[in-house]
Amino acid sequence: MNSTAYVKHETAWCPGCGNFSILDTLKSTLEKMGLDPHDVLLVGGIGQAAKTPQYLNTNTFCGLHGRALPPAVAAKIVNPGLTVIINTGDGDSYGEGGNHFLHNIRRNVDVAHFVHDNQVYGLTKGQASPTTMEGMATGAQPEGSMNSPFNPVLLALAAGAGFVARSFSGRPEHLQAMMERAIRYKGYALVDILQNCVSFNKLNTFAWYNSRVQEIDVSHDPTDLMAAMRLAMTFGDQIPIGVLYEQEGPDYHARHSLLQTGHKLVGRGNDPAMVERLMRRMV
Amino acid sequence: MYNLLVGGAAGQGVETTVTTLEYFFKHAGNELFTTRDLMSRIRGGHNFSLIRFGAQLPGGHSEQLDGIIALNQETVDLHLPQLRPEGFLLMDTGIACEDPRALRLDMAQIAKGLGNQRAAGSVAVGAVLKLFGLALDKAGAADVLQKTLDPQHVAINVQAVLAGYDKAPAKFEPQGGPAVGHMLISGNKALSLGALAAGMQFYTAYPMSPATSILEYLAQQAQEAGIVVEQAEDEIAAINMAIGASFAGGRAMTATSGGGFSLMVEALGLAGMAEIPLVVVNAQRPGPVTGLPTRTEQSDLQFIISASQGEFPRMVIALRNHADAFYQTIRAFNMAEKYQIPVVILTDQYLADTTASVPLFDMGKVPPYQPEPAPIEGEYARYRYTDSGISPRRYPGDPQAIVSADSDEHDEHGRIIEDSETRIRMMQKRMGKLDLLAQEVQEPDWLGDENSEVLLVGWGSMHGPLAEAVALLNSRSGRRHAALVFGDLWPLPQKLLRRAADSARTVINVEQNYTGQLARLIRQETGIAMDAGILRYDGRQLTGEEIARRVEKEVQP
Repeated sequence: MNSTAYVKHETAWCPGCGNFSILDTLKSTLEKMGLDPHDVLLVGGIGQAAKTPQYLNTNTFCGLHGRALPPAVAAKIVNPGLTVIINTGDGDSYGEGGNHFLHNIRRNVDVAHFVHDNQVYGLTKGQASPTTMEGMATGAQPEGSMNSPFNPVLLALAAGAGFVARSFSGRPEHLQAMMERAIRYKGYALVDILQNCVSFNKLNTFAWYNSRVQEIDVSHDPTDLMAAMRLAMTFGDQIPIGVLYEQEGPDYHARHSLLQTGHKLVGRGNDPAMVERLMRRMV
Repeated sequence: MYNLLVGGAAGQGVETTVTTLEYFFKHAGNELFTTRDLMSRIRGGHNFSLIRFGAQLPGGHSEQLDGIIALNQETVDLHLPQLRPEGFLLMDTGIACEDPRALRLDMAQIAKGLGNQRAAGSVAVGAVLKLFGLALDKAGAADVLQKTLDPQHVAINVQAVLAGYDKAPAKFEPQGGPAVGHMLISGNKALSLGALAAGMQFYTAYPMSPATSILEYLAQQAQEAGIVVEQAEDEIAAINMAIGASFAGGRAMTATSGGGFSLMVEALGLAGMAEIPLVVVNAQRPGPVTGLPTRTEQSDLQFIISASQGEFPRMVIALRNHADAFYQTIRAFNMAEKYQIPVVILTDQYLADTTASVPLFDMGKVPPYQPEPAPIEGEYARYRYTDSGISPRRYPGDPQAIVSADSDEHDEHGRIIEDSETRIRMMQKRMGKLDLLAQEVQEPDWLGDENSEVLLVGWGSMHGPLAEAVALLNSRSGRRHAALVFGDLWPLPQKLLRRAADSARTVINVEQNYTGQLARLIRQETGIAMDAGILRYDGRQLTGEEIARRVEKEVQP
């Protein structure tokens, strides 16, 4: 795979945005893994992060706000040959798309979900997101956000996700390792990527994250759910980054009685004899 | 034709008794049409089914009853006034009724004597077969009951049917008919078979009456049909999954009722904008909001033709009967695929839940559209400008093509744009499909005489009742009546309508809604105004008799 396989297009992000690093890391991860752009499907919802698929020359689907997961998992269900990766933001994934987040953990289709988590709404110019810290003042929350922030990695663990990781856009090598492990993981894999927003989040800045993130110690057993939950709950003066939890298990295709046999859906054509049989059963 | 009502509380076995009777009537060759009137509850309440049967296939039910099987007191109290003078009321000894037409049969006791009280329904079935003059022997009874019961229950129920048969008098002449080899099929099952015949590979839905039976039927056939059926976490997920599957090359459908469709609206626009083939079924029930969950209405037409922000091409097809449910569903997939648009199928609770005897569908009649992959010249562009506005489709995973879809306005490659020139070209590319669809639409069914003085106009499941109304009116009036019944509704076919409206003196819309939504659509598209409207919105389907009565009353001679 040559390094120009994933051509980049001009972006619409602010200078200094954490998305640049995430985009570059995604590109280098796909190239390092030797994935053919024809076999990769990048899916986004709506938002600044959700524009990421637009900027790489591969198959892309940019649908509706909050609705990145449903089309992504359905594309994977009908064509398991695709490597399906979702890039979208904290508002899209945890706010508007919260129900899909919960239930696709249960569905466990083999997709990688990269959430660009800058703890604020970017595209709509700076309102509180589900992960905005309590007390942060915004245009829509002038007295500070009253609501407790949502802990996406803790929630994913509680809901039974088999792969949960946290990383930071300011640590591209770490991020690349997380992306690669998530893509290789067989099943739904969440990487919550902390990311600075230079325009609208003056609290959780690059320096704020950079002074707090700490790679998880090698002694951590990623199959230990309770240990993973303790790490997930650590988010303050220290923020552990790395794979919190990884447990192998059957994904959607492995659980599905038909798909586990390698049954192909796309290009099957129709089967008049089957319909004929079903009709005769109603006589 | 005869009409039989079976009524009881939920959980009393009305449905089992009805299904068994249906198979016995069909076994005798009778065509039949069974409507279900259910309350939205699992136990108790009052449910009934109406079986209309005879030598010809009826398209609706009738208010006049030849027989009633009452499993509870409420059935007697509510329906006795509908019983014809020569009709019968069959009931267990525990139910009070002074009417001389009442036939008391100790069904529970007879069944108990045979060894299983739960066979009481079969005693009633046997009695009814005798009352309607049908022949019955042990082998025939076993044949039929094998289709409706688990094997271990067949023998005792054969005895119960024969015991009931012996205890009842013969009352009516048998009618016979051609239906022995026909299917007994509900509207939703016919629709589901149509989807399978069209080559659907992925079905997803969130349960909602009256669309749920599509989900259940398809899920039960999924293994054999080689398809995936996925229950979604909500209707938004369902339609977005169907779009994602279709984008990736899997033919996909979702179904819901009005409440669920309300949640799907934004994504309907996505299918239009991103030019992704999609079939959505909206099985109507009375709204607004939860409305009357288990009943029927035709009140979503105006909503469906305009649902979602912005402008994009779509097609809306209403199903008129069981055959339509099969063939038009295949056609919906074909139209979606050919024009890369969303197609909405409108059905309603009445058709969805009604079972009818229908000949096996002809698999050759509407061949599924299977386009050859178009050759790629130069770099593939998903939204390549073409003369027709339809760009060659490829799927992700194709070694020759990079495929992109976007809900933003986009260029030929599917990348975001904001410039005026591309926006205008892309709008024209998409909206131009409406002109192509206008060439494809099917004219409404014409029932009755050419050059009629009174023209009735309806759509969807009004087909059967309107056919009966026209026949009744023409048999008892000097005026000539006809009906136009629309299947395709958007774009609205206009040729036949303009011609018929020109020659008729009076045009009347007949619809299951309050505002006359088809009338409004016709006026909007053609300027033709109705002279009167026959509307019903209590969740119960108009009958041919009621339409005829109201036409006679409302239309001045």
